[in-house]
Amino acid sequence: MVDPAFLAVSVITIGSAIIALEFREIIYGAIALAISLLGIAMFFVLLEATFVAMFQIAVYVGAVVVLVIFTIMLVRRQAWMAVPEGRRKIMGVVIMFVTMFGLGTVFITSGLTNWHMEESTVTFAQIGEQILTYYSPALIAMALTLAAAVIGALVLAKVDLGERVDGGNH
Amino acid sequence: MAVIIDYVIVSAILLAIGIYGLTVKRNFIRMLFAVEIIVNAANLNLVAFSRNLPVPNATGQTLALFSIAIAAAEVAVGLALIIVAYRLYKEIDVKEFRSMSG
Repeated sequence: MVDPAFLAVSVITIGSAIIALEFREIIYGAIALAISLLGIAMFFVLLEATFVAMFQIAVYVGAVVVLVIFTIMLVRRQAWMAVPEGRRKIMGVVIMFVTMFGLGTVFITSGLTNWHMEESTVTFAQIGEQILTYYSPALIAMALTLAAAVIGALVLAKVDLGERVDGGNH
Repeated sequence: MAVIIDYVIVSAILLAIGIYGLTVKRNFIRMLFAVEIIVNAANLNLVAFSRNLPVPNATGQTLALFSIAIAAAEVAVGLALIIVAYRLYKEIDVKEFRSMSG
C-alpha cells in the first residue's frame, strides 16, 4: 500500500515540474521549479537521507533558483510568450508517453516490485567519513571543477569596456 | 511504506517530463529547467537504490551529493551562456542562435 505522504509529495513534484515547463510567465515557471526541487528534497526525507535533503535545499532552492530568477530578470522580454509550438509539441508529448510507458513496463516487469525496504542505519557522520577518506580525491577534483566553472561563468558574463563603447554588438 | 518501485516510477515520470521539455521548448531558460528536472530524477534514483541495499552503506548518498554539486556548477555556466547569448543576439530562443562566431 502506497504511503499517503509519498503520494502527496509525488503529486506536488510532478505537477510543479509540468507547471515549470508550461506556465506562460517564465518567472512563475522558476518558482514552480523551486517547488518541484523542494518536493525532491521531501522524497529524500522520506528515504531517511536527511543530509542529502538539506544539501538539496541549500544548493537548489537557495542558490540555483535564485540565480535563475536573477537571470530571468536580466533577460526578460514580452516577445517570448508567443512562440508557436504546433507539431513539435505533439511529437514531444508522444516521446514523453513512449518514454514513460516504456520505462514503466521495463521496471514493473523487472522484479523490482519484490524488493522491499531494509532497515536504514546510514548517518551523516558515515557520509562525512566516506567523503573525507575514500572519496577525497573525488572531493578535490569536484572542488577544482566548481572553481573552474564559477570562474568560467564570471569570465563569460563579464562586460568588456571596449565592447560597451561600440554598442555592445560584438 | 512506499517500496523502491514507487520511487523508480516517479523518477521515470520526471525523466519523461524533462525529455519532453528538451524536445519541445526552444527557450534557453526552459531547456535549462528541463535539464534540472532530469538531473533530479537521477539523484532520486541514486538515493532510493542506496536506501534499499541489502547491506546499508552511504555510497549512494555520497554520489548524490557529488551529483548535486556538479549540477550547480552546470547551472552557473548555463546561465552565463544565456547572458552572453542575450547580449549577442538580444534573444534567448535557441533557433536564433545561428552562428557561434562572435
